[in-house]
Amino acid sequence: METRFDAAVIGGGVVGCAIARELTKYKLKTGLFEKECDVAVGTSGRNSGVSHAGFYVPAGTFKAKLNIVGHELMPSLCKELGVPYIAVGKIVTAKEEDEREYLYKLKETGEKNGCKKLRIIDQKEIKRLEPNINGIEALHSPTTAILDPFLLTISLAENALRNGACIHLNTEVKRIEQSSDGFTLETNNGKYAAGILINSAGLYADKIAAMAGITGYEIHPCRGEYHLLDKNKRNLINGAVYPVPPKELGGLGIHLTPTTDGNIMLGPSAEYIPEPDDTANTSEVMDKLFKESYEFLPKITRKDIIKSFSGIRPKLITPGSKSPADFIIEESRKIPGFINLIGIESPGLTGAPAIAKKVAEMISKIRGGLVENPSFDPTEKPKIRFAELSNREKSELIKKDPDYGIVVCRCQSVTKKEVIDALNNPLCARSIYSVSKRCRATLGRCQGGFCLPKIIENLEEQHHPQTSDINYAGKGSELFTGKKEGIE
Amino acid sequence: MIRKTVDVAVVGGGPAGLSAALSAKKNGAANVLIIERGENLGGILNQCIHEGFGLESFGVALSGPEYMQRFIDDVEKHRIPYMLDSMVLEVSADKKIIVSSKEGLFEITSKSIILCMGCRERTRGQILTPGTRPAGVYTAGAAQNFINLKGYRIGEKAVILGSGDIGLIMARRLTLEGSKVLAVAEILPYSSGLPRNMAQCLDDYGIPLYLSHTVTEIHGKKRVEAVTLAQVDERFKPIAGTEKKIECDTLLLSVGLVPENELTRKAGILIDEQTAGAVVDEDLQTSIPGIFACGNVLHVHDVVDYVSLEAERAGRSAAEYAQGKEKKPQTIKTTPGEGIRYVLPHQLSADSDVKLSMRVMAPARNVKLILSDGDRVIKTLMKTRVNPAEMIQVTLKKNELAGCKKIIVMLQNAK
Ligand SMILES: Cc1cc2nc3c(=O)[nH]c(=O)nc-3n(C[C@H](O)[C@H](O)[C@H](O)COP(=O)(O)OP(=O)(O)OC[C@H]3O[C@@H](n4cnc5c(N)ncnc54)[C@H](O)[C@@H]3O)c2cc1C
Ligand SMILES: Cc1cc2nc3c(=O)[nH]c(=O)nc-3n(C[C@H](O)[C@H](O)[C@H](O)COP(=O)(O)OP(=O)(O)OC[C@H]3O[C@@H](n4cnc5c(N)ncnc54)[C@H](O)[C@@H]3O)c2cc1C
Repeated sequence: METRFDAAVIGGGVVGCAIARELTKYKLKTGLFEKECDVAVGTSGRNSGVSHAGFYVPAGTFKAKLNIVGHELMPSLCKELGVPYIAVGKIVTAKEEDEREYLYKLKETGEKNGCKKLRIIDQKEIKRLEPNINGIEALHSPTTAILDPFLLTISLAENALRNGACIHLNTEVKRIEQSSDGFTLETNNGKYAAGILINSAGLYADKIAAMAGITGYEIHPCRGEYHLLDKNKRNLINGAVYPVPPKELGGLGIHLTPTTDGNIMLGPSAEYIPEPDDTANTSEVMDKLFKESYEFLPKITRKDIIKSFSGIRPKLITPGSKSPADFIIEESRKIPGFINLIGIESPGLTGAPAIAKKVAEMISKIRGGLVENPSFDPTEKPKIRFAELSNREKSELIKKDPDYGIVVCRCQSVTKKEVIDALNNPLCARSIYSVSKRCRATLGRCQGGFCLPKIIENLEEQHHPQTSDINYAGKGSELFTGKKEGIE
Repeated sequence: MIRKTVDVAVVGGGPAGLSAALSAKKNGAANVLIIERGENLGGILNQCIHEGFGLESFGVALSGPEYMQRFIDDVEKHRIPYMLDSMVLEVSADKKIIVSSKEGLFEITSKSIILCMGCRERTRGQILTPGTRPAGVYTAGAAQNFINLKGYRIGEKAVILGSGDIGLIMARRLTLEGSKVLAVAEILPYSSGLPRNMAQCLDDYGIPLYLSHTVTEIHGKKRVEAVTLAQVDERFKPIAGTEKKIECDTLLLSVGLVPENELTRKAGILIDEQTAGAVVDEDLQTSIPGIFACGNVLHVHDVVDYVSLEAERAGRSAAEYAQGKEKKPQTIKTTPGEGIRYVLPHQLSADSDVKLSMRVMAPARNVKLILSDGDRVIKTLMKTRVNPAEMIQVTLKKNELAGCKKIIVMLQNAK
């Protein structure tokens, strides 16, 4: 007999992981399936990392409600899970006379939605908040925050695991069949049974629904490209800086967003693309991104860019549409017990904690109530960041464990101990991607040129992998095609 | 924190660091300490197993490790202490160094400090190559490390972007290891490597070099599947219609080196944006008295022998500073003129002979290298060939410097 779950979540993005963790608060056998080598490999690891205050989303929508609640829940959730969360604030700046009106509209929408502390500020105050930014008027939202979307997703998954959920990585759901008491899932790693199925597959959610015969959903992938700047430029802005968005419905406009690790991201663009997994960067957009950001912030140069990447929005609207679409979060009428989350684009990261609660309520309704899990522990230990400690603290740590004294990643000062801890993560994710997103090695200005050989040395010491099992981000992304014998 | 006091602290134990430490010791510094983050002394030369080092200093062609062993033996002979696996986290203007190591966190106070941190490689992110981000894209130095030190095979079919020396050497190494190098692409209309490497690494193995070409797209979701090469115009923009897609599983990047001056900048030392290294005087002293810089952290060198020589000077200066010796005022400023990218050092005294290091902007034939003080020509050198890849060194005699306020170096057509 295959393993049976009371509830199975498809998709290890921030939404799926938040749901899985929420369900472990109850006596429910919960499983999560993710096709990639780790969680947060999809859209959840490719976004602006902003906890939005909630003034972009039309009043009265699901999006608005979940955004506001999510933003309220986020600081305490991040605290529980030891995830970096910084309320850096944000300004939306008008540069031209005819953009002013948009700011007032945003403020009005925000207030209708329940956003707190929004104010319109003048040129002088813009300069005080952001000396390097020009604007004639701006909307200031002091509660807008940045967070580490990788660590949030990872910690949600690790906490779910610790509270009893099963997390299956490298496991792709390929077929779904209805059974007398729920569903049978066919994966590349065998069959599983589930009472309730939660489709949180992001860009693939329409395909997952279709596997169960639920038609009518159609996701239109819309790519957003970014540049990431060297940390030595971090002090050019204080908080997030957004423009008045372009007229077409694409996104929020190319903005400047600090990361919790101390970089600045420029982006994202917005282009509809045919494939949901085409995260390439294109020369035209890379050029445009830089030029538009430069207009905002003339103190940057192309030399400051250390990396470019992209994320893809699961849009429910097509390029020409005039009105935005709402999140779809519903139990299928045709197939009871099958919960679909479709079109979870921005503010999906912000909304994730609220979405999780909403899904738990839906499950409670389906099952006629849920029993609390008395041993649920909401906390995760924050990851130690050697680089951020005082000399006294560093000194104490090295005394405790000498591996804290060996710096492996020079750009981000990540130590051997932090790398080893990342390599021994509870999800057993062993790729370089998993190490770097947990401890931040390879993500600095040299992009792993220096530390990659050392990380692999540690990987070998800890887990003795076959050469063919050393990969960047799962099967197919092998780093090497062989190894000579006899070389140490 | 463990506290320590020394006369001369050397940050980095590569060719520059060892030569500087030895010279400091030989010039009377009693208490010299080398701090190295790697597990061995020798720096990047440890992975350079090809021959061609030491021709200038020793008159023989040595491999990288052989060249370094001579210095390491000397360091042992002079009983110069060194810390390994020890990362310098901070250098401050008051000459305190914070070091992280297994033994603990150290605060080392030093009378003088020599910065010898070397350089790092530019990456794909910095040259803004479009396309996907699969495994199989390596900087040439990282690839060299995997192949030469760890015995890994990094791929079967490779394209190399950049004809810098490391790229050329790696083209040969990959070929010798049995991988196929399909192309070397260079965005400039000329190679940025040494002519001897062009001959010995590409020509001898029939590896095609595409000048005025760059990689305009990387293909492949998980591992590199192909790259697109295209010709570029004089403004380095790809020319539409010239694209060719080459199937391969590996892209090596040899697209330039960047001096590692994060510690230098944090200490508040003045940086020359042209060299991306510190501004120095003829003693190789930076804008902070008692802190010196030499080797690739100061400017990228083509031949290691020059690094060792430059470091000797820095070592001597640091020893003199530590012993409280008086310093000559540095009143003459050097300036790169027409056709010259940079000139080092930035300031001179007129008190001794001095060796200037410089690089030209572009390759040229039959040119005159003119050193003047603005009004008067001090020295003219005829050059049949100049190349940005090759550093030029010119010695000025003390008497030639007499009465100068500045030195301008420029290139002129010989005709
Ligand atoms: C450019 C950009 C900027 C954004 N900025 C913000 C922001 O600042 N703030 C904010 O709140 N939101 C932002 N968002 C939105 C936010 O990133 C998303 O709403 C959120 O990450 C969605 O999470 P998810 O878990 O639904 O999807 P995903 O992270 O895509 O997770 C879905 C997972 O399902 C897996 N999967 C798919 N098919 C299968 C299968 N058959 N079997 C097993 N697993 C499968 C996928 O591999 C994937 O990991 C942004 C989005 C983009 C694209
Ligand atoms: C809030 C936030 C903060 C971020 N901060 C950073 C940051 O500080 N630094 C940073 O780099 N990125 C940062 N990113 C970008 C992040 O890395 C990407 O979102 C994520 O990795 C997905 O992008 P990708 O497509 O480049 O990943 P992938 O395509 O999965 O990976 C590509 C990356 O892997 C590296 N790589 C490729 N081949 C190899 C190999 N053989 N061995 C080792 N590495 C290899 C490349 O250098 C490249 O960096 C941030 C993103 C967000 C959302």
